[in-house]
Amino acid sequence: MTDLTFSYFPGCSQSGSAEEFGLSTEAVCRALGIELAELPDWNCCGASSAHMTDDLLSIALPGRNLAIAREEGKDMLTVCAMCYSRMKIAQARILGDEAVAREVEEVVGADPRFRGEVRHLLDVLVNDVAFPEIRKWLRLPLAGLRAVPYYGCLLVRPPEVCCCDSVENPTDLDRLLALLGVDVRPWSFKTDCCGGSLSLSRTDIVEKMVNKLLTRAEEAGANCVVTACPMCAANLEMRQKPGKLTFKVLHKLPVLYFTELLGLAMGLSGVEEWMKSHIIDPMPLMRETKLLSH
Amino acid sequence: MINAVNSKLDAELEGRTGQKVRACYQCKKCSAGCPVAFAMDLLPHEVMKMISYGQRERLLASSTIWLCASCETCTTRCPNEIDIAGVMDGLRHIAIESGVEPSEREVGMMHRSFLGGIKLLGRTNEPFLIGGYKAMTGNLFDDMGLGAVMFFKRKIKILPRTVKNRRAVRRVFKRTRKMEV
Repeated sequence: MTDLTFSYFPGCSQSGSAEEFGLSTEAVCRALGIELAELPDWNCCGASSAHMTDDLLSIALPGRNLAIAREEGKDMLTVCAMCYSRMKIAQARILGDEAVAREVEEVVGADPRFRGEVRHLLDVLVNDVAFPEIRKWLRLPLAGLRAVPYYGCLLVRPPEVCCCDSVENPTDLDRLLALLGVDVRPWSFKTDCCGGSLSLSRTDIVEKMVNKLLTRAEEAGANCVVTACPMCAANLEMRQKPGKLTFKVLHKLPVLYFTELLGLAMGLSGVEEWMKSHIIDPMPLMRETKLLSH
Repeated sequence: MINAVNSKLDAELEGRTGQKVRACYQCKKCSAGCPVAFAMDLLPHEVMKMISYGQRERLLASSTIWLCASCETCTTRCPNEIDIAGVMDGLRHIAIESGVEPSEREVGMMHRSFLGGIKLLGRTNEPFLIGGYKAMTGNLFDDMGLGAVMFFKRKIKILPRTVKNRRAVRRVFKRTRKMEV
């Protein structure tokens, strides 16, 4: 088997608004023998706000992390689709253009030419650990869950730097969920945008985008949405209900991280704790499907 | 004159982003697939055309450049391989450096608040981001109920998570900063 030791870049959300993503990632990796050493003193990748306002800043913020990863000498693992995208794009720019590399080196004060790989956990699970090995660890088939896989934008676009098997119709997450016994519902909105960083500033726009996604998910017969991005999850959960007092339809469709379902199927402890952090409580669904009892 | 091709803005954007907007032949695939098109004042293919016509002021004052969510659907589908989302970034950067206030005031303030938090603590902390944003915009009461739910669901932490070497992060901002954060 390939070496599964990584410098782990947890990302800001995974200890804040997406705590359940961070906890379930660590638990799943521990159980599957994926060794994570947290990248020392990592900083925020800058996300959308950096690249939308300042090109050099958007390369230099991930650049500092890449410089630390270079010192550590291991491949880097991320779980947040946004961190993953920013890290990969910065790495490609730095290694692809020596002038950019020199500029970032001057800004950061360290060598950012990290030549290891930046990986996303979904990619590592599908391509390195691989399904025969994951299957050995499964204890509980997730019968009763009808999920639409929601990749969002940054796991698949731009395809030159991203990891999924297809840019218009990726299936990595579909196949992983099917392995867990989930009924994966076909739908056409796998890679449609949730509105991303407009969530706070133009809530009205994000509500429209999210409600379209949820309506389509329900039409596909789903009783939950599964994602690999904390921004998608936050928008899908927080913007299901209209922000102000109106009489719109509420969806109440649970949104789960793929790592939570993997942990549940592997029978790991702590699953109930992760589920408590969701704004749309997934416990009624878990009880209804008898996957969790209390 | 609006009917005269003017390559100045096109050239400026090529210098910044490496993208040749003049390769656009107006197939409108970008606008057809844009998930935010319904809220834009200029559709993405119109932005491309207006760049070729050097319509700098109208573009920098548009809502579109601030509403583009950078989902990169257009970039992925463009038959002429123009990174349209990258061009939108380029237009935003020109607007900031030319001192043109974002026509989407709240969007600009969100970016300022987000980056201000990173500059201060090195990592993004939801209370700082949301608090800073509310203080800037004065929209204090939006999402109040949601904030309470987030707190009880442990999505908002009281103690901020920070990098140890804050000086290193401040150095990054000091040496790159174009937008006041």
